[in-house]
Amino acid sequence: MKKSRTQLPKSPTGIQGLDEVTGGGLPKGRPTLICGGSGCGKTLLAMEFLVRGARQFNEPGVFMAFEETAKDLTQNVASLGFDLKDLIARKKMVLDFVYIERSEIEETGEYDLEGLFIRLGQAIDSIGAKRVVLDTIESLFSGLPNPLILRAELRRLFRWLKDKGVTAIITGERGEDTLTRQGLEEYVSDCVIVLDHRVSNQVSSRRLRVVKYRGSTHGKNEYPFLIDEDGILVLPVTSLGLQHIASTDRIPTGVARLDAMLGGAGYYRGSSVLVSGTAGTGKTSFAAHFAEAACRRGERALYFAFEESPSQIMRNMCSVGIDLEPWVKKGLLQFQATRPSFVGLEMHLTMIHKAVNAFKPQVVIVDPLSSFIIGGNETEVKSMLMRLVDFLKMNQITALFTNLTSGGGALELTDVAISSLIDTWLLLRNIEIGGERNRGMYILKSRGMAHSNQIREFLLTDHGVQLRDMYVGPGGVLTGSARLAQEMREQAVKTARKQEVDRRQLELERKRKALEAQIAAMRAEFEAQEAESLKIIGQEKAQETQLAQDRVGMGLSRKADAKSNKEKGDTK
Amino acid sequence: MKTKPTKPKSASPKVRPAEGKSDAFILRLYVAGQTLKSMAAFANLKKICEEHLAGRYQIEVVDLLENPHLARGDQILAIPTLVRKLPEPVRKIIGDLSNTERVLIGLDLLPRE
Repeated sequence: MKKSRTQLPKSPTGIQGLDEVTGGGLPKGRPTLICGGSGCGKTLLAMEFLVRGARQFNEPGVFMAFEETAKDLTQNVASLGFDLKDLIARKKMVLDFVYIERSEIEETGEYDLEGLFIRLGQAIDSIGAKRVVLDTIESLFSGLPNPLILRAELRRLFRWLKDKGVTAIITGERGEDTLTRQGLEEYVSDCVIVLDHRVSNQVSSRRLRVVKYRGSTHGKNEYPFLIDEDGILVLPVTSLGLQHIASTDRIPTGVARLDAMLGGAGYYRGSSVLVSGTAGTGKTSFAAHFAEAACRRGERALYFAFEESPSQIMRNMCSVGIDLEPWVKKGLLQFQATRPSFVGLEMHLTMIHKAVNAFKPQVVIVDPLSSFIIGGNETEVKSMLMRLVDFLKMNQITALFTNLTSGGGALELTDVAISSLIDTWLLLRNIEIGGERNRGMYILKSRGMAHSNQIREFLLTDHGVQLRDMYVGPGGVLTGSARLAQEMREQAVKTARKQEVDRRQLELERKRKALEAQIAAMRAEFEAQEAESLKIIGQEKAQETQLAQDRVGMGLSRKADAKSNKEKGDTK
Repeated sequence: MKTKPTKPKSASPKVRPAEGKSDAFILRLYVAGQTLKSMAAFANLKKICEEHLAGRYQIEVVDLLENPHLARGDQILAIPTLVRKLPEPVRKIIGDLSNTERVLIGLDLLPRE
């Protein structure tokens, strides 16, 4: 955005949120009218304007009270940590109680309010005040006769305040048809703020609206505000744009298998995660896993519990093997447990804001969201959630919400109201097969990442949530003991097959051994025959040699050596 | 400024003897400078006192322009304001005191109807 044209000079109130709504504060050097019914916080807002002005902006202020005495005022605001006595002693503030008692006053002719002017002027000059509060000047009408004179004098007073250059707040009680009983809005035309205090469903909520701001843009909605121990807090969260930065950083979910399902890395940092499901599906366990994983990484997690007390959550989570207590002791995990009906939605939202600002967590868990829905306030819950999600995203805080959906039919439909605000949505559901309920989980959506389309069965074990593949086979999708039975059946078949293979292998081995034995025996027999044969061959050869020698010997003895052969032949 | 010198002259001498008396009237008129209204108020007051309280009244005129801090102490808003300090209870009469009857009622010199 380019630099805006010369803006109306403004006087910051220092009140959280109000400066955002008014674009920087109240019109400087001009009177502002704050009106509303009794008990809506007019006096307090005015007082905080002065106190913060004195403390933070070095602008001393004059508080002129027409209804409460200085003592009462001092006591009333002491509970908010405003030490008026100290401010007065340091000449940062003047507290002037104007006492008017109609019965003590007799009117005897024309008068003016010069006394008030002098008094106010003296107070302003005594400390160099830049801010003035008149609370509530309408009391003059009941205390002094002749309204005509009063009106003329008020007109003069507001002009005089402008001339003095002080930023003034004038409070006024709400009238029947007009903003204030005496029509002060006619005189104070620069800035008008209306406060409202209403009760719906037995829960009270306060709202603030800038009706008019001459010469400046301003938030035009009704903004919830609340009064707590730190003063006033206005929640202009709907004024936020969609400007938050989207991180590409991923953080684990605390359930390894779920990380794998979410593209292997878990949720995006700063995203909003919804875990919804019917009763008893294990939403809190998922939340606890996430919180524990955050603490394990050394990050801070803030757990808003709206159904169970912290100790109950810790005990229950211990039973599934998630021990949160050490993290609480280490200061990494903080529980904030309240009943949803304890205060109104705005108050809850503000309490969340405050707790987040104080604790500065990286991870926030709201368990469960659905308990805020009382009666027909879903629109309000949605707007609250929107503001909460915006706020958390602006701060790059990853938020996990659990949501209890009503049983039966369309699980996804019931959450449509908030689904558009959610980046990653896990749906937990009971699957009823074979006379039992089992838990199934799937990722309904996860923006900006590839994610598994599988339904996983999950078990709550001693070591937390464990995701299992579902059995998908000829018998359909099986879970729980049906899945176990099927798995056992398959195991049996597998075992039988394995045994058969083993048996065949043994058989083969046996056959091989038999064959080998046979071969050995035959070889042995052969060897025996061979030996014998060789022996006979040897003997034969020896005999023949002997025979030949004998014949030679005979021939010699017949002395027919030379012709022996012929003779022998002839003779033969 | 003019009221100041008139104060001791007109008021003081008549007070001194009256001070001890139980029915002494101590009156304080708050004004802011020399406006027509305050001049008229002072004149009216003097006249009424002379007529009804001769010898037992004291008038003190306070100009808030000179002593602005006094406005706070006596809870003065309207100008002119006449404060009856004594006899008790304290009464406040605002305006230029032109309505004599109401002034007398305010000073408890006439019964309220």
